[in-house]
Amino acid sequence: MKGLPRIRLEKRLDTPRWLNIAAPVLSVVAALAVIAVLFLVVGVNPLVAYGRIFTGAFGSLYGLSETVTKAIPLMLAGVGLAVAFRARVYNIGAEGQLLVGAICATAVALFAPGVPDPLRLPTMFVAGALGGALWGLVPALLKARLRIDEVLTSLMMVYIASELVNHLVYGPWKGPTEWGFPYTDKFPLSAQLPRLGVTRIHYPTLLLGLLAAVLANVFIRRTRWGFEIRVTGENPEAARYAGMNYLRTAVLVMAISGALAGLAGVGEVAGIHYRLRYPQGISPGYGFTAIIVAWLARLSPLGVILTSFLIGGLLVGGDAIQIALGLPSATVYVFNGVILLFVLAGDLFTRYWVRLEFPGRAVPVPGVRPETEEAV
Amino acid sequence: MSIWAYIFSVLQATIPAGTPLLYGTLGEVTAERSGVVNLGVEGMMIMGAVTAFGVAQATGDPWLAIAAAALVGGLLSLVHAFASITLRVNQVVSGLALTMLGLGVSGMMGKRFIGMPPRVQLKPVPIPGLSEIPILGPLLFQQDVLVYISLLMVPILWFMFYRTRWGLILRSVGESPATADAMGINIFRVRYLAVFFGGLMAGIGGAYLSIVYAPAWIEGMTAGIGWIVIALTIFATWDPARALLGAYLFGSVRVLQFRLQALGISPPLLNTLPFILTILVLMISAGEAMRKRLGAPAALMQPYTREER
Repeated sequence: MKGLPRIRLEKRLDTPRWLNIAAPVLSVVAALAVIAVLFLVVGVNPLVAYGRIFTGAFGSLYGLSETVTKAIPLMLAGVGLAVAFRARVYNIGAEGQLLVGAICATAVALFAPGVPDPLRLPTMFVAGALGGALWGLVPALLKARLRIDEVLTSLMMVYIASELVNHLVYGPWKGPTEWGFPYTDKFPLSAQLPRLGVTRIHYPTLLLGLLAAVLANVFIRRTRWGFEIRVTGENPEAARYAGMNYLRTAVLVMAISGALAGLAGVGEVAGIHYRLRYPQGISPGYGFTAIIVAWLARLSPLGVILTSFLIGGLLVGGDAIQIALGLPSATVYVFNGVILLFVLAGDLFTRYWVRLEFPGRAVPVPGVRPETEEAV
Repeated sequence: MSIWAYIFSVLQATIPAGTPLLYGTLGEVTAERSGVVNLGVEGMMIMGAVTAFGVAQATGDPWLAIAAAALVGGLLSLVHAFASITLRVNQVVSGLALTMLGLGVSGMMGKRFIGMPPRVQLKPVPIPGLSEIPILGPLLFQQDVLVYISLLMVPILWFMFYRTRWGLILRSVGESPATADAMGINIFRVRYLAVFFGGLMAGIGGAYLSIVYAPAWIEGMTAGIGWIVIALTIFATWDPARALLGAYLFGSVRVLQFRLQALGISPPLLNTLPFILTILVLMISAGEAMRKRLGAPAALMQPYTREER
């Protein structure tokens, strides 16, 4: 590759504070610029598209309320993923854990006559959290016991959960009052979450999300287990030498992220749909989008509060342009993919000095000893 | 139909069902041998599928369609190569982003192809002579050309890996890049090429789906095949011959998945079969790896740099 400029990375000793904010912001801006090109390719004016996205998400009270509504599952799942990714446990299966949470909540809502009405919603949340956590424990145990890559197993569990929902709503749980649609019957009133005014904001779940973010932040920063999670993620060797138990950390973070995704699933069926539906009807990929929410927040649980609203807005705006400009629903995945790539690359600037080197021209680098200057 | 005829018909359908998996796995095996995991297989495959269908509709030439699909898969893989090899970002997340990107862009590009009747389909080409062999003939030698190519690639890749200098270089880059570097091998070039090859193969695998196996464009038609490829790579212990075994194992499950519906088993539950099998296969591989001390290429997922050695 002679003649081409080379990219050289040098480790930063410390990262200036402004860069921690500027890097993700600039990454998103760069990503939007690339997506604009894609819009041009399919014959859509990107300025019109972005204008519609913005006004769709933030330009009206209705849009804003929908943005908050969509931020709820993203926040719950995103906080959990931020904790798991901190330990470098790659839970890619939040989508499945969310769906299992929805299944468990539905079971309590429709098929548990013994539960007293005032306790029904709390029981649904507990059941959903347990279901999500158990779904997450499968990959955690396989990873800890057999060293099986959790990326694959957690993802396989998504497909299994999704088909399980299909099986239930097309089969045994199909509601006789639903005119043949793949839905369960409607939840009784005692199993429906209250909403804010005329909006779809099911605020109890929103409060749970905010609470989860705050607690996760304290947990990560101030507790012994949180410390072990951070060390395991940042320096697995050191964690092992210090006698930290990887099995416990992996199980712990998978259970936390699974439980939070499960809660998100409860919120969707109990706060939005009041029934179990086919999987895409419950979640248009919230569990996967939450990966970006967590990464964009640079794995900070408090940051997730902010990024879940931003990405929630993008989803609402995305819906708006799909209808207005005739784009397919998969467009959201384009945003997800490009933004994630750019955020990853943006992270680089916070950890390294990035230099372009032109062959044949020596670039003096201050503070670096000459023998480390050989080009890669 | 006798039980033997039934088994035979399942086996005959298994090979086309396993072929996209075989292409994908051979590509991923090569990429991972160089030390780079590419979780973007699903995204590259679906881009291959939509490209092949689009080009076939526009030109009526299936071979041009396959070539275009391979190229698109290869180009997409370079995004991951740049991110993970040059920029040294997290390979897991970068591959995941590639899959999302592929699913999204294919959905955008393919919207106009939904419901279109296919203009061309690659038809089986019986090999004269060989196809007359009882049992084996109709099984192996009455397939389409892409199946033959995939079958040929298995021994070719095996020979390349274990009997040529090229293979030695590839494996050493995946096992001990610092040593390979000291021997004057350009780690970055080898890794870029291996990942690019993986992209080409995934693209062809996708093309097989949309213009041979089930000629049509359906949004999200890869339906997890790309992820099964990643698991098969582990099951194959990074060996092309075992990749063949794994791909056809999953091919047969795909066939059974449809046949068992006739027995009245709920289709969604049957759809979970490949994914449950994937987890089982990973468990078997893990047990085997522990017993025989087989392992992944030692430098898998580790970005290489001279400075932080």
